[in-house]
Amino acid sequence: MSKSWIIENGRIIDPASGRDEIASLVVTQGYIAPAEEPAPADAERINARGCWIAPGLIDMHTHLREPGEEYKEDILSGARAAAAGGFTGIACMPNTTPVNDCAAITNFILDQARQAAVRVYPIGAISRNSQGELLADLGELKNAGVVAVSDDGRPVANSQLMRRALEYASDFNLPVISHCEDVFLGKGVMHEGPVATRLGLRGIPAAAEAVMVYRDIALAEWTEKPVHIAHVSTAQSLDLIRAAKARGVRVTAETAPHYFILTDEDVADYDTNAKMNPPLRSKADREAVRQALIDGTLDAIATDHAPHSTLEKDCEFDLAANGIIGLESALPLSLSLVADGIISPMRLVELLALNPAKILGLSAGTLQHGALADLTIIKADQPFIFSETDIYSKSRNTPFLGRQLPGRTVLTMVGGEVRFEKGLL
Amino acid sequence: MKKQYIFPHRHILGMEQFSREDIAHILTTAESFKEISSRSIKKVPVLRGRTIVNLFFEPSTRTRLSFEVAAKRMSADTFNINASTSSTTKGETLIDTARNISAMHPDVIVLRHSSSGASQLLSQHVHAAVINAGDGAHQHPSQSLLDLMTVQECKDRLDGLKIAIIGDITHSRVARSNIQGFKTMGSNVYVFGPSTLIPMHIEELGAVRARTFQEALEGADVVMALRIQRERLHDPLLPSLREYAQRFGLSSDPLGWAKEDAIIMHPGPVNRGVEMSPEIADSSRSVILNQVSNGVAVRMALLYLVGNA
Repeated sequence: MSKSWIIENGRIIDPASGRDEIASLVVTQGYIAPAEEPAPADAERINARGCWIAPGLIDMHTHLREPGEEYKEDILSGARAAAAGGFTGIACMPNTTPVNDCAAITNFILDQARQAAVRVYPIGAISRNSQGELLADLGELKNAGVVAVSDDGRPVANSQLMRRALEYASDFNLPVISHCEDVFLGKGVMHEGPVATRLGLRGIPAAAEAVMVYRDIALAEWTEKPVHIAHVSTAQSLDLIRAAKARGVRVTAETAPHYFILTDEDVADYDTNAKMNPPLRSKADREAVRQALIDGTLDAIATDHAPHSTLEKDCEFDLAANGIIGLESALPLSLSLVADGIISPMRLVELLALNPAKILGLSAGTLQHGALADLTIIKADQPFIFSETDIYSKSRNTPFLGRQLPGRTVLTMVGGEVRFEKGLL
Repeated sequence: MKKQYIFPHRHILGMEQFSREDIAHILTTAESFKEISSRSIKKVPVLRGRTIVNLFFEPSTRTRLSFEVAAKRMSADTFNINASTSSTTKGETLIDTARNISAMHPDVIVLRHSSSGASQLLSQHVHAAVINAGDGAHQHPSQSLLDLMTVQECKDRLDGLKIAIIGDITHSRVARSNIQGFKTMGSNVYVFGPSTLIPMHIEELGAVRARTFQEALEGADVVMALRIQRERLHDPLLPSLREYAQRFGLSSDPLGWAKEDAIIMHPGPVNRGVEMSPEIADSSRSVILNQVSNGVAVRMALLYLVGNA
C-alpha cells in the first residue's frame, strides 16, 4: 500500500480549480486528499517552503524510440528523463520501428511501461506504417490503449486521407494530432531566411507549415471534428489558428520550448543540435509564439523530445537527423517565460499539465481532491547551469547544455510514489 | 614605422573571415608568386618537407589540379584522395576520415565537399590547417580570391567597381564568396538571374538584387556568369536550357549595357551556348583563362600563408 504524505507550506498552483495559495497538500493511498482532511498520523512530511506544488506535467509529444532504436532511448530511460523534468505522464509518438499502427505494438509499449517511472500513453499511427495511404485500425488501437493518433514525422500529404482520419477517429473519441508540413515545400534543412542564405543551406519556408495548418483547419471546419496541431513554429500558422478558434473551429495547438527560446540565428556555425523539424524560425516568429502562449492561441507546451546519438548528430549539417531532447529542459526553459514576466505561474501549469491532459482526454493535470497523486514540486527561483548530469535520457542532443536556467523540478510523484527527487528530502 | 602585418588566420574557410587588409595581403603574396609559374624551372623550396592532402568528396578537375600544381611549385608533397577511392563509400564518416588523415600528420588539408559547413567541421577535428576548396553552396574562398586578383590586374583597382554576377546564385558558393569578397574590397555587387535561382534575403549579404538584366549590366565593369547545372531542370527551377540561354545568357546584345571595357568572367567549366555564347567566351573581353592562371598563384599564396605555420 502506498505511503501517505503531507507536503507542507508550498505554493499550490492548480489551474483546474483556480487555486493559487500557500497551503499543505495531503496525499493518501496514492490520491490527493480533500483540503480540510487532516493528514494520517504516519504521513511522511515534505517541507515545500519556497516551492510550487503543481500537478504532474504531461508531455503530449515525446519520442521514446522503443521499439527499434533503443540505442537512442528506451521506454524506461525516457520515463526517467520525464520524471526528472517534472513530467508524470508522457504520450509517445508512433514513429518507432516498427510503427505503432496496431494493437500488438501498443501492447508491447504498455507492457514495457509497467516498470517505467512515469505513466506512458501511446499514440497510434493514423495510417498503416504511417505511409499516408490507408487508415490504420483506429478502433483496435483505441481498444489497446492509445490516447490519440498521429503520423508525426511523416506528415499526411493526402488531404482525403486526413479528412477521413478526422471523421473516423472521432467515432472512437481519438484526438488527431497533425504534423503540418507540405513535404514538397519542406525539402530543406533549416528555416528559409537570411541565415540559410548566408550558410548556403537549403531552406524550409514558413509557408510549408502554414499551408498544411490551413488545410487541416479547413477540414476540421468542414467535418466539424477536432484537430490538434503539433509543434507550431510560425507567426503565419498562429494567425490561422487564432482566426479559426475565433470562429469556433475545434482546433488546439502546441509549441515546443525551442520555438520560444531560440531562432534560426542559433544554427550559425552549423550546430546540428539546432537542427529540427519544423526548424528554428525567425525572431518575429519567436515573438509570435510567445504572444500566442499569452493569448491562448496555443494551448500547450510539448517537448518534441527527439533523442539521437552522436551517430546521427556528429556529422555534416545537411546529413544530421532532426530533433533535440527536451524532457529535462522543457520546464526550466518555460520557467524563463515566468521569470521574464511573459506568462504567470498559473498559465505555465495550464500549458504544461492541465491543457495537454484535457486535449488527450486524460484524468490528470489537476490537484483537486480525489485526483491521482501525480504531482511535481518546483523550485522556480533556483538558477542552475544545465549540464550533462541533469540529463537522464540516453542521448545528449541538446543545444541548451551550458545555459543558465531559472529553476527546476525538485521532486516528482506518480500515484503517491516519489519517482524523482533532487535536493528536497 | 608601419606595424608589421601578420596573417592572422589558421584556416581558410570562407571570405567572411577576411578584412580588407587580409585580402590585400593575400593578393600581394599571390602576385609575388605568379612569376614562378613563368620560369623554366617552376619550383621554389618554400614548402619543402610539408605534406598537403587534397581531400575531394566531389568530382573536380580544375580546382584539384590547381591546388596540386600550386603545392608542387612550392615543393610540398601532395596526396590526392577522391571520394570514390576513399573509405567513405564504406560508411566511414567525415570525422573518422579526418581523424585518420590527421594521424598521418599532414600540414594542410584541402577539402572539397558537397555539404555546406563541411570544412568548418573538419577544422574542428584535425591538427592541420584546413583550406576550403568548396563546401556545398556555402563558400569557395580560393575562387573568390583568384577572381579578385584577376579584376585587380585588369582594372588596377577594386574600390568602386560595379560587378554583375549572373545566373544561379542560390546554389553557388562562388556567388556567396564573391559577394562578400568584392564588398569587403569596396566594389558594388549586383546579382541577377531567374527568380527561382536568386535566394531570398541575398541583399543581407551585401549584394544588390537587380530586377532586370539591364539594371544588372548597366555600366558594369565586370560581368561574371555562373554555371547552370543540368539537374536544376528537375527541381523544377528552370523550364529549359534553351529558354535560359535566351533570357539570361550573355551575348553581345545584353553586354551592350555594360561598359565598353567590361571584362567577362566565369568560374568554369562554361556551358557554351547556355551561360554565354561561344563568341563571348572566346572574345578579347573574356579573362576566363587569366582566372585559371591566377588560380595557381592564389593557391600558392594560401598554402604558403597557412602551410608554413
